[in-house]
Amino acid sequence: MNRTTFARSESRWFWALTFLGGAVVLTGLLAAHTMEVHGHVVTGMDNQVVWGMPHVFAIFMIVAASGVLNVASIGSVFGQAAYKARAPLSGLLCLALLVGGLFVLMLDLGRPERMVVAATHYNFKSVFAWNVFLYSGMFAIVGVYLWTLMEPRLGVWSKPAGLAAFAWRIVLTTGTGSIFAFLVARQAYGSALLAPLFIVMSFAWGLAVFLVVQSAMYVWNDRVVPPPLARRMRNLLGLFIVSVLYLTAVYHLTNLYFAKQVAFVRFILVDGGVYPLLFWGGYVLVGSLLPLVLIYHPRFGSARSMLAASLLVVAGAFALLYVFIIGGQAWPLEIFPGYRVESTFGDGHVAAYAPSVPELLLGIGGLGVAFLVTVVGVRVLRFLPQDDLQQPAGADAR
Amino acid sequence: MSRERSMASSLRRRWALLLALVAFAAPVMADGPAGAGTSRVPKPTVAAAAAGSCVEDTAFMRRNHMRLIRHQRDLTVHEGIRTTQHSLANCVNCHADPKTGRVTGSKDAFCEGCHSYAAVKLDCFECHADRAKAASAASVEKAK
Amino acid sequence: MSAAGPSQGAKGAPSGGSAAASAASVGAHRPKGVDHARRQILAWGAAMAGVAIAPGITLFDLAHGRPPSEPASRTKRWGMLVDINRCSTDCNACVVACDKENGLPIAKTATSAQWIRKVELKDMRGATKSLPMMCQHCAEPPCVDVCPTGASFKRADGIVLVDRHTCIGCRYCMMACPYKARSFVHEPVSDQKPDVPRGKGCVESCTLCVHRIDRDQLPACVEACASSGHHAILFGDLNDTGSEISKRIAAVSSRQLRADLKLDTGVRYAGI
Repeated sequence: MNRTTFARSESRWFWALTFLGGAVVLTGLLAAHTMEVHGHVVTGMDNQVVWGMPHVFAIFMIVAASGVLNVASIGSVFGQAAYKARAPLSGLLCLALLVGGLFVLMLDLGRPERMVVAATHYNFKSVFAWNVFLYSGMFAIVGVYLWTLMEPRLGVWSKPAGLAAFAWRIVLTTGTGSIFAFLVARQAYGSALLAPLFIVMSFAWGLAVFLVVQSAMYVWNDRVVPPPLARRMRNLLGLFIVSVLYLTAVYHLTNLYFAKQVAFVRFILVDGGVYPLLFWGGYVLVGSLLPLVLIYHPRFGSARSMLAASLLVVAGAFALLYVFIIGGQAWPLEIFPGYRVESTFGDGHVAAYAPSVPELLLGIGGLGVAFLVTVVGVRVLRFLPQDDLQQPAGADAR
Repeated sequence: MSRERSMASSLRRRWALLLALVAFAAPVMADGPAGAGTSRVPKPTVAAAAAGSCVEDTAFMRRNHMRLIRHQRDLTVHEGIRTTQHSLANCVNCHADPKTGRVTGSKDAFCEGCHSYAAVKLDCFECHADRAKAASAASVEKAK
Repeated sequence: MSAAGPSQGAKGAPSGGSAAASAASVGAHRPKGVDHARRQILAWGAAMAGVAIAPGITLFDLAHGRPPSEPASRTKRWGMLVDINRCSTDCNACVVACDKENGLPIAKTATSAQWIRKVELKDMRGATKSLPMMCQHCAEPPCVDVCPTGASFKRADGIVLVDRHTCIGCRYCMMACPYKARSFVHEPVSDQKPDVPRGKGCVESCTLCVHRIDRDQLPACVEACASSGHHAILFGDLNDTGSEISKRIAAVSSRQLRADLKLDTGVRYAGI
C-alpha cells in the first residue's frame, strides 16, 4: 500500500485550515439560528424579494457543483487522459459544493426543522420536489463514480459511471434553471432559455472553481500544471465565458423586442441602480471581459493569470446571480398593464433590498462547508492529480 | 500496540463500563427508601380540565392523542371536515386552565405540563391559539 | 352582522345566512334523533328568517349548507365578483375586517402579512380607480404547481389554501404567484385567532374565510363591504347557474386579472 506521509508543517497547516473552515461554518450556523429564532425579519428579505443573498450563494454553489464535474466528464466520457487524472478532484469538489449549497438552502427555509416533511411529502409537479431526488441522487452517483475512479479493480466501470454522472448532472442543472424557467408570474423569468443558460453557466463556473482549487493545490505542493494542459483548460474556460455572454445577450435582446418587457430590461441594464452596475461592471467587465483578456492576450499566460481569471469569473458569477435573482424579484409584477399602481403591499414599485449580516454569514458558511469538505477530503484521500506528482518539483515552471 | 498500553486501555474500558452501568441504573435505583411503589422522580402536575369527561378515555389519550390530532388536521384542512370531537380547538376549549384560559404558559398548564415533563417539543401552539375561545377574545380586547 | 342567530360556540349552531342553510348544517351532530333536531331547528330558523340580513340574502346564495362531517365537494366552486365602480379610494373596510377576522398585524410594512390590499390604479390617460386585491383562487394555481411538499393545494370547492402543517417555508409559491397574493410570516406570532392558526416560517394567503364559509357565513371582507354601504364584493357559488353571482357575471361585463395566463381565477372584476 502506498502511504503518503505529510510534513509536520503541512499537518499544522491542515489543522489550521480545518479550524478556520469550522469557524466559518459555525458562524453560518449561528446566523441560521438567529434567523430561525427571530424569523426572517432579521434578514433583508420581505414579501416582494423573497429569495435573497443565501439563494445567490446556494445557487452559485449548486450550479458550480454540477459544472465542476465537467472536468471528470471530459476525462471519462470524452476520453481525454489528462483530464482523467483530474477526475477524482473534480468529483470531490462536486460533492463539496453540493453540500455547501444545500446547507445554505435548507437553513434558509422558514421551517428548516421540517426536513423530514420535505423528504416524505412530494408534489411531483414541482421542480423543487424533483430537485430533492436529483440532488440526493447526485451524491450517490458521484460517490459511486469516485469509487470506480479510485478503486483499481473497478476502473473499467469508471466510463459508464462517468456517463451516468454526466447525464445526471445535465438533468440536475436543467432542473435548477427550470426553477426560474417555470415561473410565469414575473417579467424576469418564465423563459425556456434559462435552462440552457444555467447549463453553460455551470460549465463556466464549475471550471473556474476547479482551476482555482487546482492552482491552490499545485502551489501548495510546489508543482506546476503542465503548460499544454494549462493552455487547454484556459481556452476551455474562455469558450465557456463567451457562451454565457452569448446566451445572456440573447436573453436581454429578446426581451427588448417585446414592448411589455422593455421597462424591465431598462431597469436591469440602465436605470435600476445597483443592478446595472453589477451587471455591466461586475458580470460583463470584471467577470467576463477581463478574464477573456487574461486568457487570450499573449502577454498573459502564466499560471497566475489563469488563477486571476478564474477568480474574476467567480466574482462575476455572484454579480450575475444577484442581478438575476434579486433584480428579477425587485421589479414589480405586471398585474395591471397600462396603469400606474399603488398599494400598501408595494405594488407598482421597485422593491428595496439590502443584504443583511445573517444572510451573508449564512452564505459564507456554505462556502465554508464546501471548503472544509475539500480540505479534509484532500488530506484523507488521494485527490491530487497523480500523474504530475512523478515530476520533480519546479520542473516545467514557466 | 504494546502490552502496557493494551493493559491500560482495557482497564480504561472497565472503568467506562462501570460508569455507564451506574449512570443507567440511577433512575431504577431512584425509588424511595420505602421500596416499590413510591418514587423520588416527580410526576407532572396538570390543571384539571373542565367538568365532564374527555372525548376518549385517559389511557387512550395519553398514548394516541397525537395520532388523533394529526389525522383530524388533514381532514379539516384538506377536506373541510369540521367535526369537533377530535378538533384541536375543541381540546383547547375544554382543557384550558380556568384561571388563565390557556393550555400553555406554565408548568401546570394542561398541554405544557406533560410535554415539558416528557421533554417532547410542543409545536402546535406556534400557530394554533393556546387559549379557549372566550379567553382569546378577552385577550385581544386587553391588547387594544 | 350575522349575530342575528345564536352566538357561535364550539359545538353550537351556525349563525347567519339563510334559514335553510342553518337547518341543514346543524343536523349532523348526533347520529340519532336527527329528524327531531331538524324540526326544532326549522321552527326557530323560520322565526330567525325575518331577522336575516337583507344584504346577506342578496350577497350570499341560498345554498344547501354543508354539515361539518361532510367534506367539501367539487359540485361547488366559490368565487367573488368585485364591482370596481362601487369601490372607493377612501374606504378600506375589507382590509380592516380581514385583519380583525384573521388576526393579522395592523401595521403595513414590507414584511407584514397582507391577505387583502387596496390597490389604487391610475390610468395613464384617465381616471383613478380603486380595488381590493387578494388571492384569486385560480382553478390552475401556479402556487400549487410549484409547492415541493404539496402544502399549497386547492380544495375540492376551489379554495386555494396553504396546509401549514406541511409548509416548509421555501417561498417558491411566492415567486410563482402572478398576483403577489402570498405573504411569508417573518416574525413569531402570538394571540392567534382560534379559527385561523398562523405562525412564523410558513407562507399564507387569503383563505376566502374558509372557516366562515364552512359555517355558511360570508367572508369577512364581503360582509364589511356590505356594512360600509358599498356592496362592491359579491360572493357565491360559480357552479350554481341560479346563484346571484352567476347571474351577475352573465349580465355584466367582467374579467379576470392577467386573464392571458389562463389561470381561470375564481375572483372576477367588473369595471376595469
